[in-house]
Order: sequence, then C-alpha cells, then structure tokens
Amino acid sequence: MSERESALFLPAIFVGGLVFGLGLAISGMARPEVVLDFLQFEDFGLLFVMGGAAVVTGLAFFLATTFLDRAPLTATEYTRRVKEFDRNVVVGGVIFGVGWGLSGICPGAAYASVGIGNFPILWAIAGMFIGAYAQGYVRSRLANTVN
Amino acid sequence: MDAFTPLLASGLEGLFPRGILPYLVGGLLVGLGATIIYLSTGIIAGASTFLESTLSYVSGVERFNRYKYVQSRDWRVVFTLGIIAGAALWGFVLAPDPSAWTTDVQWWRLLGGGVLVGIGTRLGKGCTSGHGVCGVGSLSETSLVNVATFMAFAIGTAQLVAALGVSP
Repeated sequence: MSERESALFLPAIFVGGLVFGLGLAISGMARPEVVLDFLQFEDFGLLFVMGGAAVVTGLAFFLATTFLDRAPLTATEYTRRVKEFDRNVVVGGVIFGVGWGLSGICPGAAYASVGIGNFPILWAIAGMFIGAYAQGYVRSRLANTVN
Repeated sequence: MDAFTPLLASGLEGLFPRGILPYLVGGLLVGLGATIIYLSTGIIAGASTFLESTLSYVSGVERFNRYKYVQSRDWRVVFTLGIIAGAALWGFVLAPDPSAWTTDVQWWRLLGGGVLVGIGTRLGKGCTSGHGVCGVGSLSETSLVNVATFMAFAIGTAQLVAALGVSP
C-alpha cells in the first residue's frame, strides 16, 4: 500500500463495506437462525450467498490480475488471495466450524447483525474479541519462549 | 411436463423455504462490496482480521502490534462501520422488520460460539469472507481446505446441538 494515501481511500473502503453489509442483511446472514437452518439442512440458501459472492470476486480477481496493473487509489499491484498452507489452517477451521455451528454467526455477519439492530449478537462479538485476544496472547507468549 | 411442475416446485420449496432470490441478490452484493474495495485499492478484505487489528489500539500484546495490523487498523474500522451502515440501511430504512431486531438463539451459544470463532478464524487465517468468498474466488487450495473443514464441523456441531434438544 502506498504511503501517500488518496483522499478517496477511506470513502472507497466505506462504500465497499456498505454494499457488503447491505448484501449480508438482504441475504439473512445477519440472522443466526438463517445460518443454523442451513447447517441443519432446513434451508440451503446460504450456498447461493457464498457461491454468488465467490463468483463475483473470482471474476474481479481474474479480470484485474489478467488485464489491469495497479489499483488507482493505492498503486498496489492486483493479486489473488492465496495464503500459505500449514497445520493451523485445518486446526483453525475445526475450531471456527464448531463455533459457527454453535452460534450461527461469523465475523462479517455479526457486524451486519448490529447494523440491523440485532443487539443480542453483541454477545457473539464480545466472544470473538475474547477468542482473538486469547489466541494472540498465547501465540505471542509461545513465540517468546521459543526464541 | 405439467405433471412435474408441482413436484419441482415443492422440491424447491423444501430446499429453499425462503426462496432463492434474497440469497442470490445478497450474495452478489457481498461480492460486489468486496470488488469495489479490491478494484479501487487492491485490498482483499476479510472481516475477521478486524478483531486482531482493533485489539492493537488497546493491547500491547506483540501479535496485535505487528506492522500489517497497525497500518491497516484504521481502514478496517471504516470497513466494519460500512458493513454496519449497509445493514442498517436495509434493516431500518429499505425493509424494516422488527422481528429481525433480535434473535432467539440463546446468549451462551452466541458467547461460547463467538469465542471459538475468534480463536478459529485467527488461527486459520480467515473466515467466511476471507477464505469463503475471497479465497474460494481465488481458487486458493488453502482456502478450499479451510472452507471444507469449517463447513463439515459447523454442520456436525449444529446437528448435534439440535439433536441434544437445544432450540434455538
């Protein structure tokens, strides 16, 4: 990312977030009941949410990395989202999966839940911060013991 | 052909009791939102990094104060505020629905599940938006493995909790 940040940088992030949140609200993902209905095989609509979103971003990634060079507001080169694979990807996926199945709520949907006025979801957001803090604390401690 | 129409309709109704349109439109908008940010800034935004980058404002723990979190924490707050604003636009202005303003899912499920979501998404390098939407959109093998894993365990957990008679 460029050090000289465009004046349009934060507005672009906000507008993108706005459309993202609008989509989460329309799709019902902001309601844990709808997510739990999917996980209990009572309503398969969630597949269209993740699938539809992945097709749009996939198309954008393909077109930008193939035909475009750098992003206008940051001069950042267009890339795909490819993260290194290690054991944590699986262990984290298991823990996230159990938590998602228990609560029916994931981070983006939780923020959108607050937006639609679904305030009991603040329990889940508090939990997410506690969990994120706990893993960061433990991993920082472990890293220091090893060194 | 006519004989099959009701069969097909009832089959679809069974699989999609709320219809398909809100899911499809919502999903396309989620992708469009990520695309707006990507095309204008080159950033591939996920929702769960916000948890750690925001902790850097108040915590001295080394992991949260890594350069990539501290230099991205401001725009991640703006991204989250955008998500909240977009959802509020739908929930309070475009389609107010008071029944959506709360949830019947019990608080301990939300809190306990939230803790595990916080640990798991950060350990596993992403969540439903980072891995599920952007990673799958990138055809990243890491993301495909992560998504298959969390999907399987989420389905297993939700079915088990329901089977134990917890509702909702």
